[in-house]
Amino acid sequence: MNDKKIIYLGLIIFAVIFTFPFWYNQLKASPAPEPILSQTAKDAKTCVEPKEFMKTGHMQLLNTWRDKVVREGMRQYKSTNGKDYNISLSSGEESCMGCHGSKADFCDKCHNYASVTPYCWDCHIEPKENK
Amino acid sequence: MEKSSRRSFFKVAGISLLGISGAAPVLNSFAESQVSHTVEGSYVKNESTLQAKRWGMIINTKELSEDNVPSIIEACHKAHNVPNIDNKKHEVKWIWEEEFKHAFPTVNHDFLNERVENLKFLVFCNHCNNPPCVRACPTKATFKRDDGIVLMDFHRCIGCRFCMAACPYGSRSFNFENPRPFIEETNPLFPTRMKGVVEKCNFCAERLAVGKIPACVEAANGAIVFGDLNDPESEIRQVLKENYTIRRKPALGTGPSVYYIV
Amino acid sequence: MLETAIKGSRNYWLWLAGLAAVFCLGFLVYLNQLSFGLGITGMNRDVTWGFYIAQFTFLVGVAASAVMLVLPYYLHDYKAFGRITILGEFLAVASVSMCLFFIIVDLGQPQRILNVWLHPTPGSVLFWDTIVLNGYLLLNIVIGWKILEAERSSIAPPKWVKPLIYLSIPWAVSIHTVTAFLYCGLPGRGFWLTAILAPRFLASAFASGPAFLIVLCFIVRKLTKFDPGTVQIQTLAKIVTYGLIINVFFLLCEVFVVFYSGIPEHMEHFKYLYAGHDGHGVLVPWMWTSAALALLSIFLLINPATRKNEKILPFTCVMVFVAMWIDKGLGLVSGGFVPSPLHHFNEYVPTLKEIMITFGVYALGFIILTVLFKIAVSVKEELVS
Repeated sequence: MNDKKIIYLGLIIFAVIFTFPFWYNQLKASPAPEPILSQTAKDAKTCVEPKEFMKTGHMQLLNTWRDKVVREGMRQYKSTNGKDYNISLSSGEESCMGCHGSKADFCDKCHNYASVTPYCWDCHIEPKENK
Repeated sequence: MEKSSRRSFFKVAGISLLGISGAAPVLNSFAESQVSHTVEGSYVKNESTLQAKRWGMIINTKELSEDNVPSIIEACHKAHNVPNIDNKKHEVKWIWEEEFKHAFPTVNHDFLNERVENLKFLVFCNHCNNPPCVRACPTKATFKRDDGIVLMDFHRCIGCRFCMAACPYGSRSFNFENPRPFIEETNPLFPTRMKGVVEKCNFCAERLAVGKIPACVEAANGAIVFGDLNDPESEIRQVLKENYTIRRKPALGTGPSVYYIV
Repeated sequence: MLETAIKGSRNYWLWLAGLAAVFCLGFLVYLNQLSFGLGITGMNRDVTWGFYIAQFTFLVGVAASAVMLVLPYYLHDYKAFGRITILGEFLAVASVSMCLFFIIVDLGQPQRILNVWLHPTPGSVLFWDTIVLNGYLLLNIVIGWKILEAERSSIAPPKWVKPLIYLSIPWAVSIHTVTAFLYCGLPGRGFWLTAILAPRFLASAFASGPAFLIVLCFIVRKLTKFDPGTVQIQTLAKIVTYGLIINVFFLLCEVFVVFYSGIPEHMEHFKYLYAGHDGHGVLVPWMWTSAALALLSIFLLINPATRKNEKILPFTCVMVFVAMWIDKGLGLVSGGFVPSPLHHFNEYVPTLKEIMITFGVYALGFIILTVLFKIAVSVKEELVS
């Protein structure tokens, strides 16, 4: 039973190390960057869905979109704001990147901050402005 | 016994409390994900989408020659960002040229007419009615649409290559390495692929969706007929009625949707 | 019981360290494969499954062979095997683990592997294969562990273990049947398109698995105080004999059907494997080596004098193992892909990197095997002393 202390100590050290990323981010807490909107995006005033939703839910929407397009051939999105949108990530003007013309200014800003590296661009072709 | 168990209860409870209060920042990090992600939009097809019950093609080999075959292949490969890899082992191709004895190995014989022996055959995915690749795929990354097109979801493919073993026509290619360096000119209207996924002809599903016929059909100037096999009034059915056509390996029961006039 | 695994001799640790080194080397090469893609292997557009899937197929057989101990003991009350069923079960655990690792290293997009369960496809044999393999792994871990634990405390194992043991018997058959179905249900692949593939797989499994187990028994006898037993080894040797003969018989049935019918799509693969085609014939010497080893071992196993001779038996078993490994691990997979469905002859030869990754996976499997055997044998030794 003399090992008790060592065991508890070990457990505490484990817990601290295991949750380290969370602590570290709490302490670091640098302010979140604002993505830079292109002129086209500013002129459009609204995205396909409200900004608050897009901020947190764009990945879910994109995920649904890709299944709809690839698997069901549904390429038009009737938004809750009543408008129709062409579903496409990066092919031409009627696409996400048609409006948000710069990957570096728009996507990467937050993704880099949040240390997420979605591999969209391994296949999809980023707008030329970027290269 | 009772005493010690009560004491140990307090001990555990105390430690738990300490743990919970100390772990607040950790829990907070999770709490942020509580925002609703559902949204009520709806989805429809483009109005201009070309639709059919079962898409099919007829290759009129009489009209294929050294003049148009390369441009047909190029039209497809450019439209879909198919890489041009010199290393035969890692080759990727959606549509390519074969001799009769390779396109139709089970029909080949020793006394083949010289014309047929030297004919150019364009081979590609047959968009089978009963596709073995779809059966084999463990993730539904390859699936058959209602309009008969056997399509691939490159996002979902795990690269197990079971479909390649299942395909009796060798129609599928695997990305043994990153294909991007081997694409001379990327077409921004269609994505490339990444390493580790399988790919093949998609009957230009992306062009049909915007009212265009497949790139190879467009480039073939009549040498390839495209249409709805299930529509008795369609051009493709007329051509089938008027010509003797063959399909690749019909004995396997896969039901190819690509026909050849020899 | 886990503590017995960390109390070992110097040699035990040296052996583990050596395996770990091989594993690390393989892992480094695997990182290279992850970043470049499967292009570092010898696989190509025509031969899309290579060494990895071949090892997987072979090891499924080794794993399934545990049933050859469990079945006589539990269904026929063959008491002698009670002593060593645990070795068979732990061998199965190590083999199935290797199978799963080989599937993972073979994937082009391994990080998406959960798609198999996120989008379950009951029509796909590979989907079922992941289910039966994981199930078999779990069954053998639970059964092996519980039985050993009970043995250590000299009590009867919990009642719920018995049904699991009975379940594990058909389950063992299922893992190799489903693995055979991966191949034999594909139209246009004449070499595999044969109903006898699953029985052939099982027969070769019941030769290679127990043969390997016999070798392991000899090693255990030599290195530890636990003797798996002469009767046990001899019974296993008889199982190997039957398995091997049935396997050769099935293969000859196949040869008859293929060549008497004369259907080219089925014949060409055999011709390629055993005679080569137009200068393509890397596997020809291997296939004949396999045939020779199989015939020689049949002779040595049928003859009671050589089978009972414990100096000769281990070598015979190694020969059986190698013969089956060539047959399944080299010939079966490559042979089905050459010629291609379009009748092109593109051969496959594994690359050095591919072989290193393969060794890495084997090293990991042998680490698992060593640790599990160490635990089992330590418990047995405790009981002896």
